[in-house]
Amino acid sequence: MKLIDITEVIRSKNAGPYELTFDIMFKDYQWFEKVCKANIINEQLICDLYKISPIDIINIVEFYQANAIKITIIRPIASGDLGETDVYGAQQHGPLLDLEFDVL
Amino acid sequence: MEETKKEEFRILSTTAILGYGFPMSSFEEGMKRKPHLIAADGGSTDPGPYYLGSGKSFTDRDAVKRDLEIMIKAGVKNNIPVVVGTAGGSGGVPHLNWCYEIVEEIAKENDLHFNLALIYSELFKERIKCELVQDTMVSLKKGNLISSLTEEEIDATSRIVGQIGVEPFIRAFDKEGSNGVKPSVILAGRAYDPACFAALPIKMGYDIALSLHLGKILECAAICATPGSGSDCMFGYIGEDYFRVEPLSPARKCTTLSVAAHTLYEKTNPYILPGPGGHLDLHNCEFEQETENTVLVRGTKFVPSDPYTIKLEGAKLVGYRTVSIAGTRDPMMISKIDEIIEGVRDRVADNFAEMDALLSYNLNFKIYGRDGVMAELEPNPTTEGCHELGIIIDVTAPTQKEADTICAFARSTMLHYGYEGRRSTAGNLAFPYSPSDFQAGEVYAFSVYHLLKLEKYEPAGMFPIDIIQL
Repeated sequence: MKLIDITEVIRSKNAGPYELTFDIMFKDYQWFEKVCKANIINEQLICDLYKISPIDIINIVEFYQANAIKITIIRPIASGDLGETDVYGAQQHGPLLDLEFDVL
Repeated sequence: MEETKKEEFRILSTTAILGYGFPMSSFEEGMKRKPHLIAADGGSTDPGPYYLGSGKSFTDRDAVKRDLEIMIKAGVKNNIPVVVGTAGGSGGVPHLNWCYEIVEEIAKENDLHFNLALIYSELFKERIKCELVQDTMVSLKKGNLISSLTEEEIDATSRIVGQIGVEPFIRAFDKEGSNGVKPSVILAGRAYDPACFAALPIKMGYDIALSLHLGKILECAAICATPGSGSDCMFGYIGEDYFRVEPLSPARKCTTLSVAAHTLYEKTNPYILPGPGGHLDLHNCEFEQETENTVLVRGTKFVPSDPYTIKLEGAKLVGYRTVSIAGTRDPMMISKIDEIIEGVRDRVADNFAEMDALLSYNLNFKIYGRDGVMAELEPNPTTEGCHELGIIIDVTAPTQKEADTICAFARSTMLHYGYEGRRSTAGNLAFPYSPSDFQAGEVYAFSVYHLLKLEKYEPAGMFPIDIIQL
């Protein structure tokens, strides 16, 4: 199963100049609940996908009102610092689109 | 009971950011609903530190004037207050004055006469230094980015703004000019995005949590609808124990999902939304589909903080940038790109080793096709399978002249760099433009991103308000 097939929104954006936040919104409550119960979107997965360590993850929150899982990480550099590649942080979601997992 | 029921407070939010525009038809739909308030948020830190640091707006002057003119003409004519938060994009003194000049022009050209309130939220650096001594500031920077703020860092910062809450707006609504008239239009410096929407209903006794939460949704206007848009209006209603949102274009709907989803947008944690003086708690918040295109929300709580806190933002000049844009379509070059970049770096360093003035440059190569978008977060930083690469040679140095020199030298070195296996001895790079190098000017970085604890000050009192008779 691909994450892209059971979601409506997968996006990234700055949450202030020092954080990057990812929103995964599922097509319906059933998929949201299944993915939450199976703990598919977990710290290890995010660390592997983005090559970061657990201390860089601020939180992973399940927001049932929007059938959404939200992941917030520390930006590698502050927005606009030397070496910046994505000032708004809006194009960091790509690796999540490729995510595949066993059928639930 | 029905007779004592308070009238709903009605707010017309025109656009996600002043200057992003809105269709006249949506604005007129909004006016038909007889709003008590017309408001728009004017800014964001999203476009990065340059705009705060340089004092420039990230929105276009003519586009801002177009939006404001429609709002002010309708507001003044119908006696509806018009409020703008974070005027000029970043809310410093030059940004606020930029927006003030636009309003002055609109008043003159349309022969409109009204009182305008300006709320200043740029803070004196000397004052911030005192706060530093009194240890009333907490860094909001994260991880490795935490650096302790010093007097030198404050001196290097071009301006520091405080993100105001609703209190200064509430004070501005009541502040009379010398003609004894209260303001019809309020422009604020840096403000918490929901504040320009929430201040008036809170002043009139509507629930703080509901007013702020509605403000949080209205500040992005039609982005909370489906299909979403940053350049369309949105309408909000606040009742006794709920609020409602309604899109004003027939092409859009608000759904429980689209509105709840917006609560996630650009936030660290969707249940806890911190702001000046406290946070919104959404744990018991319910989103209900009221009609086909409207959503009703209830259950939001506001938890005041003790002490009251204000977020400070500041940016400092770190140098001047020159960039060169190029590409390669050569498989040999692509396979050796890392080696070539290292070779170019070494040549640049070696060539200017004797020149002290040229020692503190930052030379950066952005390689599109490999990791140009995600840099160190890229899980797959390889050029395998790439038939072409985009290259930006990006130089920041203490002066523009030095940036130009390093960029030009890096560009010519890369163009003619001889690597092993090279066949294309006439040149390694394809330049889309002549000239190939571009001065990008001043480069800023965020230097202050702190919470200021207001132990001794009253949040409405520390930000000066001017009333101007137009």
